[in-house]
Amino acid sequence: MTILLDPTNERVPVARSIAPRPAAITGSVGFLDISKPRGNVLINRLETLLAQRLPQVTFNRYAKPTFTKPAPDALRRQINAENDFVIEALAD
Amino acid sequence: MSMVLPPFSLKNGRGENISFPSTKATLTCVVKEDCPTCREVMPLLVAFGHAFGADLDLHILSQTEAGIGVLEDAYSPPFSMLDDASLKVSFASDIDTVPTLFYSDVQGRPLTTLVGFVRDEWQQLAAELADKMGQTAAIDWEVLPQWRPGCGSLSVDPAIADRLRAQSQNSPLRARRIEIGSQDDEFEFMFDQGFSDGLPLVPPTPERVLRMLAGSSRDPQEVLALMPPNMGEVTVEKVAINAVMAGCKPEYMPVINTIVQAICTDAYNIHGVMATTMGASPVVVVNGPIREQIGMNMKLGALGQGNRANATIGRAVRLLIRNVGGAQPGGTERSTLGNPMKFTMCFAEWEERNPWSPLHVDRGFAAEDSVVSVFTMTSGPSLIVDQDSRTGSGLAGTMGLCLESAFNPKAHYATDCLLVVVPEHVDTFVRDNYSKSDIRRRIQEVTARPIKALVADEISGTGIKASVAAAMSAEALEKRLPKFRSDDDIHIVVAGADAGKFSGAFHGWATGEIGSMPVSRKIEEL
Repeated sequence: MTILLDPTNERVPVARSIAPRPAAITGSVGFLDISKPRGNVLINRLETLLAQRLPQVTFNRYAKPTFTKPAPDALRRQINAENDFVIEALAD
Repeated sequence: MSMVLPPFSLKNGRGENISFPSTKATLTCVVKEDCPTCREVMPLLVAFGHAFGADLDLHILSQTEAGIGVLEDAYSPPFSMLDDASLKVSFASDIDTVPTLFYSDVQGRPLTTLVGFVRDEWQQLAAELADKMGQTAAIDWEVLPQWRPGCGSLSVDPAIADRLRAQSQNSPLRARRIEIGSQDDEFEFMFDQGFSDGLPLVPPTPERVLRMLAGSSRDPQEVLALMPPNMGEVTVEKVAINAVMAGCKPEYMPVINTIVQAICTDAYNIHGVMATTMGASPVVVVNGPIREQIGMNMKLGALGQGNRANATIGRAVRLLIRNVGGAQPGGTERSTLGNPMKFTMCFAEWEERNPWSPLHVDRGFAAEDSVVSVFTMTSGPSLIVDQDSRTGSGLAGTMGLCLESAFNPKAHYATDCLLVVVPEHVDTFVRDNYSKSDIRRRIQEVTARPIKALVADEISGTGIKASVAAAMSAEALEKRLPKFRSDDDIHIVVAGADAGKFSGAFHGWATGEIGSMPVSRKIEEL
């Protein structure tokens, strides 16, 4: 990972461009539990509902080691490689 | 993660210094007042204090200064809370969560660490302490929830953690760190963020910025100026970051720092210079020994491309204006056409080829001083082609006629100019014993026009309004106005190759207090 120092006056957050939105959900959907309590409850329910509507889609589950820190590089790469979409359960 | 409580000395709410470890076993709990779980455990800590306070040191660290008063008022603990608003202890102990409770032995070695609130864990600790101390804390455990997740520690707040890390590592860097994913292209990322003037930038990694900072003797956190329009603080560190992006060498830093100070003055008025629809831009002239020390170009192609110092010093200044000042095209930078000087325009005067006094000496500095002079120019260099004049008056006359076009030929008393005289033209002046004052006087002489010639007419609709002229006396209409309000509005420097009778002129912007005045400043940190 490359780290750059911000050349601006830091009055606004760093903006990042979002990926293009696909028209349909196909392929694989990753669920990322950030390891806050009951994130799994939310994701279980979502997976049940989405599996009913999207029978062709496969679902993968991931969890961050701790909610307080960014996901490790290896986990980010894995999620990116194995999925077309990702749903992250934030907060509790 | 290994959470270990480091030795510390912190002030309590009464201003007393409290140290850890002491000669007793210790309970240390880090809290912040807006965390519901911290508020859940505060009565337990108070009960621990009453039950075990005689045999145990109890330290409650507040992560904010205000939290001490708020929590002491709300829970009346039998001890004064400690101030960790600097977050140094929180950071050094590597906690993620508040509350985090450390139970340590008399040497300060950790025995038990509890994160958040899990009732069974706290109850077990209370039982353990009761066994040792022969006292029982008065707590009704049944009414408490089974567990409560804690809240994020302020020491891992992304807005704060980088600063704490830098402080703990004694790093001079304080700027926000931006992580670029390994699958992202940092060059594209910098374009996407709007950091660029349109050309690629060198990525400002911490390593490069540290090397750049080595070029300045100033404290990296020194604020050189507040830069409009956003009044961003230009620290030496921010200069270094933008200098890295521009492609500078560390030894250019003192020059860039000084230019920043020069343009962020009321006299220079960088805000107006950037905002004007006319498309003005700083033009920087460097004088003194620094020119040679950093390898600036003052000879062949001095105003063009090809020299790193000339090109990147000017570019670094422009990037600072964009990134720290916040002046961006379409935002507060409103130039109708723009001009290429907005990428960069910085050059050195060839003082050794100048038979007169160099610019910085004219402007009151010693010849051995290194000085930057900043001008505001809207166009140039506009070429003055004269391969034929053999006299000073003839050549200066040509210069005057060329300068007549600044703004438009009828615009008199409107602006200033920066005349760059090339060596072959210098030689023509020298043969005729022509001084800088002679050149200025001659330019004013050949450009002087009666006011009646400056009135709007059918050839050109600009100029003095016909209605205004109609109200003037015949005598007043005959009064002759030179191009420039004062001879002092004609700035003269020497640069360029030995061969070629092609001098150049930059045309100014709104001159004087209503617009921008040239500013010269000595480079002090050499």
